[in-house]
Amino acid sequence: MSYIRSFALFWWNFVVGDDWRVAAGLAVALGLTSLLTHEDVNAWWLLPLAIGLLLAGSLWREARRVS
Amino acid sequence: MGCVSTSTVLLIVGAFLASAVEMVEALTIVLGVGIVRGWRSTLIGVGAATVVLATLVAALGPALRVVPIGTLRLVVGALLLAFGLQWLRKAILRSSGFVSHKDEDAAFRRQREQAAAARREERAGLDWYSFTVAFKGVLLEGLEVVFIVISFGSAQGRIGLASAGAAAAFVLVIGAGVLARGPLERVPENTIKFVVGLLLTTFGCFWGAEGAGVDWPGDELSLLGVLAFLGAASFMFVRVLRRRRLAVAPMEAPA
Repeated sequence: MSYIRSFALFWWNFVVGDDWRVAAGLAVALGLTSLLTHEDVNAWWLLPLAIGLLLAGSLWREARRVS
Repeated sequence: MGCVSTSTVLLIVGAFLASAVEMVEALTIVLGVGIVRGWRSTLIGVGAATVVLATLVAALGPALRVVPIGTLRLVVGALLLAFGLQWLRKAILRSSGFVSHKDEDAAFRRQREQAAAARREERAGLDWYSFTVAFKGVLLEGLEVVFIVISFGSAQGRIGLASAGAAAAFVLVIGAGVLARGPLERVPENTIKFVVGLLLTTFGCFWGAEGAGVDWPGDELSLLGVLAFLGAASFMFVRVLRRRRLAVAPMEAPA
């Protein structure tokens, strides 16, 4: 059981890392992009914008935590 | 032709730099153990881990060819984004002084001390400590290389090119390590991680959005646009965070 737990934890840290909110935000942004393109909106701008905002939020939280 | 060249160059540079930085970390571990406890068991550990990693690339590469390219790009793009943003976030925090820089020399000294203190246990004719530490070190650092090579290569149908970038990094890092006979502490690790984080995030954004059905204006040329946008945003974040750090703790801030 502890082996499975360690294995799952390794992959969680490997893919998600220190801030799960960034990974969750990316999933939402990709989902929204897919939804918009299916509605014939070429939302190429959405993902770069979401990345910028998610990164800013994550950095801000970490800076506040450290200081 | 120009568009193809842009993505090809970025692909090779990304695979090369990402692999180089992981290999520098693996080299520090291997040197720390090998110098203190001897090379035979250490190198067998390195060889065993390399075989496992090569098997992973050989097995996963062809298997991914059967996945539809749109689905593959969406999944690979999402993974690259999550992974790349971790690198970028850490590099920005290090550049702005919120997280301390990684010191390969200190890591090397720590590794040597641990290797000297560990008791000797023989298993299968091997010094088990040397074997397992070298095996784990190379496998864990190598997994990141494999992930990047496979994701970069498969989404563009060029696993061979991405592997060539990683192989060039391997030759360069091992060659430099043999010449230096010590850890490569002069490698500007954070700068490389910054660049790799930007490249991984850029490719992740491009392929993730394409997989979700987006048509990028200018097709592959927009890779440069995304890279420029993320680069400018990252440098701005570094400046803002540095200023904040100066305001919070002026005496501790870096020069």
